[in-house]
Amino acid sequence: MNFDFSDDLKLLREQARKFLSEKSSPKSVRKILEGAAPYDAELWRGVAGMGWLGAAVPETYGGAALGYDGLCVLAEEMGHALAPIPFSSSIYLASEAILIAGTEAQKRTHLPKLVTGERIGTLAFAEGAGNPDAVRVQAHVANGKLSGTKLPVADGEIADFAVVAADGTGKASLYLVDLRDPGVTKTSLKSLDPTRNQAKLVFQDVPAEPLGPAGQGLDLIQALLDRAAVLIAFEQVGGAQACLEMARTYATERYAFGRPIGSFQAIKHKLADVYVATELARSNAYYGAWALSTSAAELPIAAAAARVSATDAFHLAAKENIQTHGGMGFTWEADCHLYYRRAKLLATAIGTAPYWKDRLISELERRNAP
Amino acid sequence: MDFEDTPEEAAFRAEVRAFLDRNAERKSEAKSFHRGRYIPEHNIPETVRAAKQWQAKKADAGFAGITWPRQWGGRGGTPVQQVIYGQEEQNYVVPRGVFEIGLGMCIPVLMVYGTPEHLEGHVRPAMRGEEIWCQLFSEPSAGSDLAGLRTRAVRDGDDWVVNGQKIWTSGAHFSNYGILVTRTDPDVPKHAGLTFFFVDMKSPGIEVRRIKQISGGSNFNEVFFTDVRVPDSQRLGKVGDGWKVSITTLMTERLAVGDAPGPDFDDIFALARTLELDAGPAIRNPAVREKLADWYVKTQGLKYTKFRTMTALSRGETPGPEASITKLVSANKLQDIASYGIDLLGMAGAVMDPEVAPMQAWFQEALLYAPGLRIAGGSDEILRNIIAERVLGLPADIRIDKDVPFSQLKTGKR
Repeated sequence: MNFDFSDDLKLLREQARKFLSEKSSPKSVRKILEGAAPYDAELWRGVAGMGWLGAAVPETYGGAALGYDGLCVLAEEMGHALAPIPFSSSIYLASEAILIAGTEAQKRTHLPKLVTGERIGTLAFAEGAGNPDAVRVQAHVANGKLSGTKLPVADGEIADFAVVAADGTGKASLYLVDLRDPGVTKTSLKSLDPTRNQAKLVFQDVPAEPLGPAGQGLDLIQALLDRAAVLIAFEQVGGAQACLEMARTYATERYAFGRPIGSFQAIKHKLADVYVATELARSNAYYGAWALSTSAAELPIAAAAARVSATDAFHLAAKENIQTHGGMGFTWEADCHLYYRRAKLLATAIGTAPYWKDRLISELERRNAP
Repeated sequence: MDFEDTPEEAAFRAEVRAFLDRNAERKSEAKSFHRGRYIPEHNIPETVRAAKQWQAKKADAGFAGITWPRQWGGRGGTPVQQVIYGQEEQNYVVPRGVFEIGLGMCIPVLMVYGTPEHLEGHVRPAMRGEEIWCQLFSEPSAGSDLAGLRTRAVRDGDDWVVNGQKIWTSGAHFSNYGILVTRTDPDVPKHAGLTFFFVDMKSPGIEVRRIKQISGGSNFNEVFFTDVRVPDSQRLGKVGDGWKVSITTLMTERLAVGDAPGPDFDDIFALARTLELDAGPAIRNPAVREKLADWYVKTQGLKYTKFRTMTALSRGETPGPEASITKLVSANKLQDIASYGIDLLGMAGAVMDPEVAPMQAWFQEALLYAPGLRIAGGSDEILRNIIAERVLGLPADIRIDKDVPFSQLKTGKR
């Protein structure tokens, strides 16, 4: 039984924790929260400089080839530090889409620049309200030109290119689209979590390059979302852990009724429940890391379980962190709301809990078909 | 990451499987609901006889006392081997519910505090199933607050004379020995006035009465002590050190307590797939699917948490505190699953007749015994306190009973 990260990856985790606690401190996250910049470009360059953007990318394409378990370790730390950068969009979604569906030429063209952070990618799939299973793709490609509207697109304002799902042959297909084309109109949308950008993209006859086989767009997106679900689960576990640490510290330092509030069972039991949810989520995420890094057939089940468990844990941890802080937790100055916002943002990214729960049960039904 | 055994672990697992295949029936999918029932009530002598026979077989094959020293007849093995044995044995139909407390708590505490004579006299017989042990801890007015116990032991020559009452003692009605914590000095603060013994359950003055539980079963007992003489040579630890010895015992208990036995995700999943509601199988209902998903991730979360613990053991490291969540999560989950399984049956959920109710009324039966699992072996509330204080490092509660002599503490009406 070897169900833990290697010693090398534990060192990577320590290194990432130290780096991000300096470069993605609450103070610097607040600069994005309150400022005009949609992301922390300096942090992005720093993370690229560490080689982390290419953690799971093979060396042939300039990556660090740390493997997916290495990327999971980094994802947990990105979540812990609330890193205000397009890490998930550019790495879990755009780079992964090219890795699983791209031609050799497409990989050689795009991956090295994604690894250096020189180019930022994202996935443009949603077209309004709804979960991934409800998206009726209206955007369409005719004669190699894309037209339509995508909303919301995470990091849409920041990204240089997008992997776009559009109707090409009567079924959805994926396309690579350069967002610097004059036919693209980017509108920044007000985000529930302003440290992570949301945008509306309108395409008017924009050149679109097919990615992967025509007509298999939805299947590819599902495979992509399964992979991203594991990685985002690690971000959620990292965020939940950070909330638990914050609440624990506050409960030992804050006195009421002549004693630390952490000595009251009302607080103890609440934080014990947060601990339990976080550990269950961590264990499910570990199984997801195993399935992702070994390309196991169980990946769809493991990913959905990790996603459901981690969404639950981060939501609980973020709301109870505010509650533990009392009125102070409700102020703009306290950092609690940074996690509360991120918890819900990550809960909506790639589809909300009801979707993943349904997907989990569907996959279990398939596996246990009579 | 992988789930593979090391070559040594694989060899041990193969040895365990070979032993189990030769000596026990492997559980079949169809009979999954035979898992995890409490010991049958109707024929205790037969149950105990079968359990003793099985324990002797295990001991002969070297699978009883896996981590215990060879000197006392143990295997001298590792905690990982213990875990591997447990993983394999749970796939077979074998007698349970008779030796867990003795071998999981009583003998281990004897090995810490007992004399060589004690160990010579009891370890091997207990391991072979010739002696059954119980744990005489809780009292009517000392449950979660165990240190509030009142059973008195007074020194008289080479003996102690014990008077009082214990309660919730599992298996006292078929035990040969028990570990016993008593109050020997009521005029010092409560934790300081306790002393720990082991006692022969056939001693004159011990009376065991079965307690009828809400499930209708009787796994627990009241044990009354009237002028029971216990030799001082059966004292474990110093006079007044009974709390320290008790804590040692309870720590092993919390490690030994595993998943709550009863219907789990696979069972409610199977029920939801086969049960036809008005609009088709229950599992087609989105509300049912959401519930199932929640239980699946809890079940798997516990499973992989155990894998993390086992990984630490396998690497020779001390496991992290995450193992402490098992009982808290599994007992609550069991109660919820049992309740929902009954809800799925609609109006027929009230029927407990095993001929009529699905899976021989397993969900109904579990609903009735689940409340006990949330209380026994550390209540939900105590477990949350332990997580908060020992894992998260939150400050201990402020106590008004700490520096007051036990005899001056306030008592309630119950």
